[in-house]
Amino acid sequence: MNVGPEPLLRVHGISKAFGGVQALSGVSLEIARRSIYGLIGPNGAGKTTLFNVITGFIAPDAGTCTLDGRRLTGEPVHRVVQLGVARTFQNIRLFHQMSALENVMVGMHARSTAGALGAVLRTRRVRDEEARMEAAAHALLERVSIAAHADAPSGSLPYGLQRRLEIARALASSPKLIALDEPAAGMNASETASLRELIDALREDGTTVLLIEHDVRLVMGLCDRVAVLDHGQLIAEGVPAAVQSDPAVIEAYLGAPAAPVATAVR
Amino acid sequence: MPRLPIPAGMSDAAGRSPLAQGALLALATAALLLAPFLVDALLGRAWVRVLDLVMLYTMLALGLNIVVGFAGLLDLGYIAFFAVGAYLYALCASPHFGLHLPFWLLLPAAALVAGLFGMLLGAPTLKLRGDYLAIVTLGFGEIIRIFLNNMNAPFNLTNGPQGITMIRPIEVAGVSMAKAHAIGPLSIPSLYNYYYLFLVLTLLVVFVSARLQHSRVGRAWVAIREDESAARASGVNTRNLKLLAFAMGASFGGIAGSLYASFQGFVSPESFGLMESIMVLCMVVLGGMGHIRGVVLGAALLVTLPEALRYIGPLQRWLFGQVHIEPSDLRLLLFGVALVVVMRWRPAGLWPSAIRHREFAAARATADNAVTGHRTGGSADAGSAP
Amino acid sequence: MLGSIYALVALGYTMVYGILGLINFAHGEVVMIGAMIAISVIVAIGTGSGLPAPAVMIAGIAVAIPACMLLGALLERIAYRPLRDAPRLTALISAIGMSIVLQNVAMIVWGRQYISFPPLLPNEPHAVLGATVTGTQVLIVALTVVLMGALLLLVHRTRLGRAMRATSQSPALAGLMGVNVDRIIMFTFMIGSALAAVAGVMIAGYYGQAHYHMGFMLGLKAFTAAVLGGIGNISGAMLGGLALGVIESLGAGYIGALTGGFLGSHYQDVFAFAVLIVVLVFRPSGLLGERVAERA
Repeated sequence: MNVGPEPLLRVHGISKAFGGVQALSGVSLEIARRSIYGLIGPNGAGKTTLFNVITGFIAPDAGTCTLDGRRLTGEPVHRVVQLGVARTFQNIRLFHQMSALENVMVGMHARSTAGALGAVLRTRRVRDEEARMEAAAHALLERVSIAAHADAPSGSLPYGLQRRLEIARALASSPKLIALDEPAAGMNASETASLRELIDALREDGTTVLLIEHDVRLVMGLCDRVAVLDHGQLIAEGVPAAVQSDPAVIEAYLGAPAAPVATAVR
Repeated sequence: MPRLPIPAGMSDAAGRSPLAQGALLALATAALLLAPFLVDALLGRAWVRVLDLVMLYTMLALGLNIVVGFAGLLDLGYIAFFAVGAYLYALCASPHFGLHLPFWLLLPAAALVAGLFGMLLGAPTLKLRGDYLAIVTLGFGEIIRIFLNNMNAPFNLTNGPQGITMIRPIEVAGVSMAKAHAIGPLSIPSLYNYYYLFLVLTLLVVFVSARLQHSRVGRAWVAIREDESAARASGVNTRNLKLLAFAMGASFGGIAGSLYASFQGFVSPESFGLMESIMVLCMVVLGGMGHIRGVVLGAALLVTLPEALRYIGPLQRWLFGQVHIEPSDLRLLLFGVALVVVMRWRPAGLWPSAIRHREFAAARATADNAVTGHRTGGSADAGSAP
Repeated sequence: MLGSIYALVALGYTMVYGILGLINFAHGEVVMIGAMIAISVIVAIGTGSGLPAPAVMIAGIAVAIPACMLLGALLERIAYRPLRDAPRLTALISAIGMSIVLQNVAMIVWGRQYISFPPLLPNEPHAVLGATVTGTQVLIVALTVVLMGALLLLVHRTRLGRAMRATSQSPALAGLMGVNVDRIIMFTFMIGSALAAVAGVMIAGYYGQAHYHMGFMLGLKAFTAAVLGGIGNISGAMLGGLALGVIESLGAGYIGALTGGFLGSHYQDVFAFAVLIVVLVFRPSGLLGERVAERA
C-alpha cells in the first residue's frame, strides 16, 4: 500500500514463547519514516512483548528487527538506543531523586562521551559537552512544556507531567523511532488531548512514533497505520479506517469471551 | 567542612556572596591546618590519632559511597579492597619479603590492584540486584579474609593469622612520617605528619567524588540506582558503569588500605572482617547515602563515638560503683541500634543531599494536598482492608 | 546431619522470602539466641533436679521455641513492618542492624566465651550399615523429618497455610480477600523462628557448644541452602540444606586431594560461599525454583 520503498523499522518473523505460552508467532511489520504507527490488541495479545523485542529488552526466539537496515536484534538495550530507538514505560519509570533536568540529561547518555577521567579533570571538551547537554535538556523540557519544573525532583511532579518528562527523556537520545507504551494510560481528557498534540508535533519534526495504546479512539484518530495483534499473531494491518472494519479485528475485540489475563504474557 | 569549591553552583545554593564564600574557605582551611594542634592541646595526643583515623575512614567511606551511595549496589564485602591495599603495601614494604618499594609507587599500585579486584569481584554480580548482591559480596569479602588467614602454607604469602609486622612507615620525598620534624620553632610529631598527608589525600578523594557526582558518569550511576531498566532504556551501558563503580570504589579502598598498613605498621586478617565492612557501610548510610558531606560526617561520627564511649566505663563506676557493661561491648550494639533507628526515621541519613531533602518535602506536600495518587503505587495497604 | 540443620534454618529464610521477597538477615541470630536460651534452661534445671535427661532437654526446647517466636515477631514488628513499602535497601540495612543488635546483646548477656552444652545426649557411636552414627545424629535427623512433615501439612492443609500461600502470591489481593496480611506475615516470622529455635538446640547439641557469633556463619550457610534449593520454595529449602551438607563434608574431605595439597580443610567455609555464588550467577532460580530469583 502506501508504505514507502524504504521503511524505517522492519520487523521480520518475530516469535517468542514464555514457558509454554506462545506470546508472539511470526509477527512481521514495517514502519514508514515520519509516521505514527499504532499497535493495538486485546489484553494478552503480545503487544508489550513485541514492544520489548523491538526496544531490545527481550531477545526473540526467532526473527529480526532492523532500523534503517541495521540489525537491532541481539544488541543490548543501550546499543539499541544508540542506534536510534528510544522508549517510555507503561508504568512511568523516572529517576525520582533526580531533577527533571537531570532526568533528561541521563537520556542523552548515548549521545555524549565524557568518561570518569574527563569528569575528574573537567577538560574544556567535557565542560563544553556538559554545557551543550544542559542547554539541549532545557530546550527539550520547553518542548514538552515543563520547563518551569526543570529543577523539581521528578518524583514530585504530577502524573501528567511525569508522562511528558518521560517522553522528553526518551527524545533526549535523538531517536529515529520513539516507542511509547500506553502514554495515555491514567490521563484525563484534557491531558490526553495535549498528549495528542505533542505526538503530532513529534511527527512534524521528523520523528517516527510507535504507539501501544488501549484507548482505541486515540489510536484511530492519531495513527497513520495500525497493526492489530491477537494471541501473538498479527491479524490486521493497515490504515485505521480499514482496520476498524476488518471482521477479524471486530471478532478479536468483541467476539472473544473474557480476554486472558494480561500478566501471563508480560 | 573539608571541601574544595569545585562543583559550580553548589555553594550558590546557600545564597552566599563570593566574599562570604572566600572567608568561609579561609576559615575552613585554617581550621583544617590547625586541627591537630588544637585537638592535641584540648583533648590530648590520643585524639590526634583519632583525627588521623577519621581521615582514613573518610577515604574508605567515600569509596564505598561510590558503590552504594551513587550506583546503589549494596556491597557488604567492601573491606576486602581495604585489605588488598593494606596487604599489597605490607608485602612490598616490610621485611616479610625484604621488599622496600617506595610509597609513591605503592599508592597508585594499591589503587590499581584494588580496582582490578573490584572489577573481578564485581563482574559475576552484574546481573544480581539488592539483597542477592549484598550476600554475594559478603561471601567474596569472607573468602578473601579466609584466604588471607590461610595463605601461610604451603607458600607463606600472608603469614596467616599472625599477619605482617614491621611495615615500613611512609616516606615522602625523604621525609619519614614516623619521626618528628622541626620546622623553625615548631616540632611536628609523627601523628601530625600523618594527619597532613591523610588530609591531602582525603581532600583529593573528596574532590574526585564531587567531580564524578556532577558528571555524566555520576548521573548515570544515580540513574542505575534509581531504576536500572529505565537507565538502560536511556542508553546507559549499565554493565560498564557498574564495573566502573566497583573499580573506582575499590581503588579508593585500596588507597586507604595502603595508608592504613603503613600507619599501623602491622596488618592481620582480623582487621578485615564483616563487621568492618558493616561499620564502613554504617558511615555511608548514617551520614547520607550518595551525599559526600553526609558521608564525611558519618565517618567522623563513627570513628570518634567509640572513642567517646570509653568514658562510659568511668561513668558507670561513678553512677553504680562498678562497670556493668564494657564500653567496647557497647560499640557494635549501638551501631546496630543506629542502623535500625535511622532506617526507620531518617532513611536518607542524618545529612541527606539537597535533592533528597526536597523530594521528601515535595512528597509530603503532594500527599497532603492529595492532588494525585501517583505515589500510592502498589502499597495498597492490604492489611487495612476489611 | 549438618544438612538437616541447614535445612531447618533455610526454611525460615525461604518462608520469609516467599512472603515478603526480602532476606531476613537476622535469622541466623534467632538460631543463636534459641541455642543460648535452651542451654541456659538446661543448665539451670540440670544442676539441681534429678530429672531424667530427655525431660531436661525437652524443657530447654520448650522454653526456647516460644522465646524465639516472640523474638521473630518482634523482629518483624520493629525492623520489617514499618519499612514494608520502603525501598528494599532500607529494609535490608535495618535487618542487618537488628542482626548486629541481637549478636551484641547475646554477647553482653552470655559473654564472649563458648558456652558448653551439658552432656545430656547419647553420644556413644553405633555401627549401622558400616557407618558410625551417634544417638544425637539419629535424633537430629528424625526430628528434622518430623518438623518438615508438620510444616508441609501446615502450609498445604490448613487455613493458615492457605492464607500464607495467598499472601505470598499477592499481599494486596489476599488483603482484599479478607486475609489479615499483617498477622500472616508475623506468623510466618514466628514459625520460621520456632524452627530456628529447634535448629539452634540441635546445632549446640551437635557441636556440644554455642557462641554468640555462631549465628552468622550458620545463617549464611542456611541462606545458601535456601538459594540452592530455590528460594521461596519450601521443599527446595529442605533439598538445598541436605545438598549443601553433603557438598560441604565431601568438599572439606577432598579439597586437599583436589588441589594437590595446596588448600587444606580450613577452607571448608569457602565452599558454602562458592556454592552460593555459583548458584546465584548461573542458576538463580535454584534446583527447584521456577520463579526468577530477582524481583525488581
